[in-house]
Amino acid sequence: MNKPSTLRRILTTDIPVVLIILLAIGPFVWMILTSLTPTAQLSASGVSLSPSGWSIDNYARLLRQTSFLHNMLDSLIIAGGTVVLGLVVSVTAAYALSRFRFAGRKLIMLQFLLVNMFPIVLLILPLFVLMRKIGILDTHIGLILANSTVAIPFAVWMLTSYVGAIPRSLDEAAMIDGCSRLQALRRIVLPLAMPGIISTGIYIFITAWNEYLYALTLGGRNVRPVTVAIQTLIGEYQIEWGLLAAGGVVGALPATLLFLLVQRRLIGGLTQGAVKG
Amino acid sequence: MSTLAPSAPDDFTQARPLRSRLMPYALLAPAVLVTLFIVFFPMFQAVVTSFYDVILWKPNANRFVGFGNYVKLLRDPVFWTSLGHTAIWIGLTVPLQMGLGLVTALLLNREFPWRGLARALVIIPWALPSVVIALMWRWIYDPTTGVLNDILLYLSIIHSTVPWLADPHLALYAVIATLTWQGFPFFAVMILAGLQGIPQSQYEAASIDGASPWRQFVHITLPGIAPVLATAGLLRIIWVANSMDVIFVMTGGGPGYATHTLPLYAFIKARQNLDFGYGTAIAVTFTLLLGAIVAVYIVRTLREVER
Repeated sequence: MNKPSTLRRILTTDIPVVLIILLAIGPFVWMILTSLTPTAQLSASGVSLSPSGWSIDNYARLLRQTSFLHNMLDSLIIAGGTVVLGLVVSVTAAYALSRFRFAGRKLIMLQFLLVNMFPIVLLILPLFVLMRKIGILDTHIGLILANSTVAIPFAVWMLTSYVGAIPRSLDEAAMIDGCSRLQALRRIVLPLAMPGIISTGIYIFITAWNEYLYALTLGGRNVRPVTVAIQTLIGEYQIEWGLLAAGGVVGALPATLLFLLVQRRLIGGLTQGAVKG
Repeated sequence: MSTLAPSAPDDFTQARPLRSRLMPYALLAPAVLVTLFIVFFPMFQAVVTSFYDVILWKPNANRFVGFGNYVKLLRDPVFWTSLGHTAIWIGLTVPLQMGLGLVTALLLNREFPWRGLARALVIIPWALPSVVIALMWRWIYDPTTGVLNDILLYLSIIHSTVPWLADPHLALYAVIATLTWQGFPFFAVMILAGLQGIPQSQYEAASIDGASPWRQFVHITLPGIAPVLATAGLLRIIWVANSMDVIFVMTGGGPGYATHTLPLYAFIKARQNLDFGYGTAIAVTFTLLLGAIVAVYIVRTLREVER
């Protein structure tokens, strides 16, 4: 590439992209800087921009004074449980929807699509009453079920699309060779759909980890996921921004790292439907 | 999801024994049963509850009031305020997200050495938990120590600190700015995928014919991404309308009722006053209003599945 066009590219592409990236990550970077600035300094001279003023004081206090590790464990159990429940019931459903044509197929697909759109506020109140009645309020299983209201319909749609992309001739060949339907599903379709299943699972994990309103309403005392715990770091009289920022960074890290790790494949799956639509 | 398309109907269905005809239903049963139990049953409960006067801490005072809650709703000024805010909320947030997402996608679609890194970084707002986003922006907006006021004062755009979230005239727009920030990566990613589906040959042909970049954008790029814009836009309208966690953490609906949207109003009514009857009536009304938009989306998607 010759010189003038490189300069032109920097002016018309690189600089605007840098500005957009700054907009996108600026606030989070600001929070990281806040979390690295000790509280005393934060109120005296503001956020420290140079590494000389940084310390891990806020993180140390987060681990010492709060039950943050325990909250992370709660989040992990809930998000992991949602992934397992969501995937287990959705894999077979997706197989049925993509491989069979049967009465009521369209209705069932419509149902899963519809469920995806329901306002959470409509479900949260009756779920609260229901869970109180059967005594699973403020338990892991309660929050796993609540998160599944979002996870299952999403997983069914994603997986139907992934399984549909696997040629039928493969499982038909397996069945001619003597496999039953279920064996064909287990031995042929499952391994081939594994990348799709994994990225669907990771997306469910991220969504469940980041979920806040269910966690606040249906949990909160015995079971307190990270998102609720962060909110409670706000003191009664004065907000301790340093501690809060440290909690925010730690709480956001698992989902963000996962997202960055699988973003290419995940976005491929998520956009597939919309792009062809 | 057009991968469902190979719709070779199962010709053998009729001839097969009962056992294999029941197979799809058996495979679907777990997912359908769980959704019936955790979604449709509670939803049915919600509709029933909305016809009762239910205050959670007075379990013996429950009584049937028919459409009473809905009549009360129509006379409730806060309901109309919240409805108006919901309209502003959707009407500003979705176009802003889409506009910023479009600019981002067009930039990221160009050739430059660190494109992969830029694409990864730009989706960070999408991956962050809402509660973290809300608290982060509260810190940025903070009237005394917030960085936004510092920057604007430094640039002499404002001359005294602005209490972004405490001013009833500004709070809603401040929250909309935050939600725009949270949502634009979604549009960027969707539109980028759409841009990559436009054949390069069309641009080459157009530039041979002497079309300016602007005309190429209007006549090739925009028509090429129109389906993506429509689908992503509809999805986002539904998502933005429903989302209340960011407002709830940032302002709690205040100051006063300045940032109440309908779902938030329903949630606050039920959560603070434990007035579940009225709260669910608001939620049901909101769902019906949203239903119109959902219907458009579903018709579009099912048409796609048919193909």
